[in-house]
Amino acid sequence: MATVATCGGDAVGVGSAVATASKSNVTSFQRRGPRVSGTNDSGPRLVSITGTRPSVRNGQLLVSTGLPALDQLLGGGLAVGTVLLIEEDKYNIYSSLLFKYFLAEGIVNGHTLLVASANEDPANILQELPAPLLDNCKKEFDEDVYNHKTPESNIKMKIAWRYQLLPKMEQIRPVSSSRFGHYYDASKRIPQELIEASKWHGFFLPEKISPTLKVEPCSLTHGYIKLLQFIQNIIYEEGFDGSNPQKKQKNILRIGIQNLGSPLWGDDICCTENGDSGHNLTKFLYVLRGLLRTSLSACIITMPTHLIQNKAFIAHVTNLSDTVVGLESFIGSERETNPLYKDYHGLIHIRQIPRLNNLVCDESDVKDLGFKLKRKLFTIELESGFAFFHSAHF
Amino acid sequence: MFPELNNLLNTTPDRAEQGKLTLLCDAKTDGSFLVHHFLSFYLKANCKVCFVALIQSFSHYNIVGQKLGVNLTMARERGQLVFLEGLKSAVDVFFQAQEKPHPLQFLREASAGNLKPLFEFVRVALKPVDSGAAGWTYPVLLVDDLSVLLSLGLGAVAVLDFIHYCRATLCWELKGNVVVLVHDSGDVEDEENDILLNGLSHQSHLILRAEGLATGFCRDVHGQLRILWRRPSQSTSQRDQSLTYQYKIQDRSVSFFAKGMSPAVL
Repeated sequence: MATVATCGGDAVGVGSAVATASKSNVTSFQRRGPRVSGTNDSGPRLVSITGTRPSVRNGQLLVSTGLPALDQLLGGGLAVGTVLLIEEDKYNIYSSLLFKYFLAEGIVNGHTLLVASANEDPANILQELPAPLLDNCKKEFDEDVYNHKTPESNIKMKIAWRYQLLPKMEQIRPVSSSRFGHYYDASKRIPQELIEASKWHGFFLPEKISPTLKVEPCSLTHGYIKLLQFIQNIIYEEGFDGSNPQKKQKNILRIGIQNLGSPLWGDDICCTENGDSGHNLTKFLYVLRGLLRTSLSACIITMPTHLIQNKAFIAHVTNLSDTVVGLESFIGSERETNPLYKDYHGLIHIRQIPRLNNLVCDESDVKDLGFKLKRKLFTIELESGFAFFHSAHF
Repeated sequence: MFPELNNLLNTTPDRAEQGKLTLLCDAKTDGSFLVHHFLSFYLKANCKVCFVALIQSFSHYNIVGQKLGVNLTMARERGQLVFLEGLKSAVDVFFQAQEKPHPLQFLREASAGNLKPLFEFVRVALKPVDSGAAGWTYPVLLVDDLSVLLSLGLGAVAVLDFIHYCRATLCWELKGNVVVLVHDSGDVEDEENDILLNGLSHQSHLILRAEGLATGFCRDVHGQLRILWRRPSQSTSQRDQSLTYQYKIQDRSVSFFAKGMSPAVL
């Protein structure tokens, strides 16, 4: 299989696994030590990168998932170098929303994005990102903007007028970007200027794979191999793994992979009961995590686990991921009419939280969590319905 | 290492038993605290340790190890610890064709492979050095964890063969120890994992099983630990001794107590 010639720098063999001296690897699992003033940042020192903050528990570098409520449940945010696996809800409505929040957060913070999808062009995905609620524009989002009688063009002009007042560069970096975690308006699209100012790479599977596919016995599905090479290439070329020390400004790479495991990726795990006899998806996840651990990146993956019949496989995938969150929407299920759940759109299950650099993890005490999507806000809360139910009957 | 667990197991780093296979398994909870315990235990016992860490990075174990009183970086530098970082090596073996067989060679193969290259790595790493200057007591192999090997496409038989070879070399020939972690899938029907778990259970001398509480999540009691001492080579005329404790994991240690005797309850 084709390999990227420039990967990794020096050729590593068995010996390097035991070698004591390695090049200054920029892993994200650095202890937050005292700042050494006056020295150049060639050592493993945590420089402050926009949109990140250290965890209060272990100094682990965290990024926001785009949903402050979810950040709280995960113990402050998503750790850099880890994978967030979202088990999709049945119609992929809310999971794709979470996916978009994650990417939008990257744009607002100035992170580099890598969007991979097999069914949708990444450029289109970026167009559909929700608009951020920024402090200096908050005054706009009052009730008269949502007045449906106002013609569409009028609203657009209003926003453009606001932008004209401020110098262009300042507006592209929103004033509130120093805040960790932002709120988004799901009914509005992200402003075009923000997308154009951001740096992103797209991986659209039908473009990368030639139609005349020669089937060779590889250890991984062709699509997965291409994606891994693409990711590895970006990480190396742009220095997210610390291989370009002269880069002054460190940045985070946010990777988003949509519908991983679906048949469009060439994987049969969702189709047959004993699919994935080649263990394509698990090997992909393993190598991906290896790439993430040695670079300043964070990854979100949505997976249609409700289509996978082999439950043991889901357990394998969970063990190979760091954070796993499952979404269960009430659409079309009997719970939609259940009075207990009438305030909510679905349930959110925190299936796994990683223990990184620690014996313990920030597991929240509350396990019954429901979510609801209001126009501006995706809230997650303890299901109050249960309390009411008990008090009414006992 | 956790002093309370040493008391329960009735061992200290100075007088640990040799030639034993210890099986760690976890069901519905995270049993990685046991791996950290044994890693620091054997490093303190001055053993030569080969750690096949397939699931987390080196710095993770290093930082936790510092909380438990061992410095993995220094142990690696002076040759006491041989560390195979699975995640990092997987990237290397996947993107570059290797000249000689890499321990994780099976990642490149389309069909189910075997673990011979991994065994060779372990054997070379724990081979007794004739110079005798280092003076390590006995070799120890630690694997975290074996279920990952099953996820990556190896069969249960291949993994059992690997453990068999390791036991023959390390436990019988070199009088060392082997400690492995396997996840128990529980209700989920995972045939390969069950074969592996049953096979290893019959071969081990000590089984530590961390289970989540049957009643669900609890903030003060994180789970239950079952300890089972076995004598696989001898006839089972004597009953295997078994103990059960509940535990709570804290920042630097784990506290154990009898069932129902959690300090939060009393």
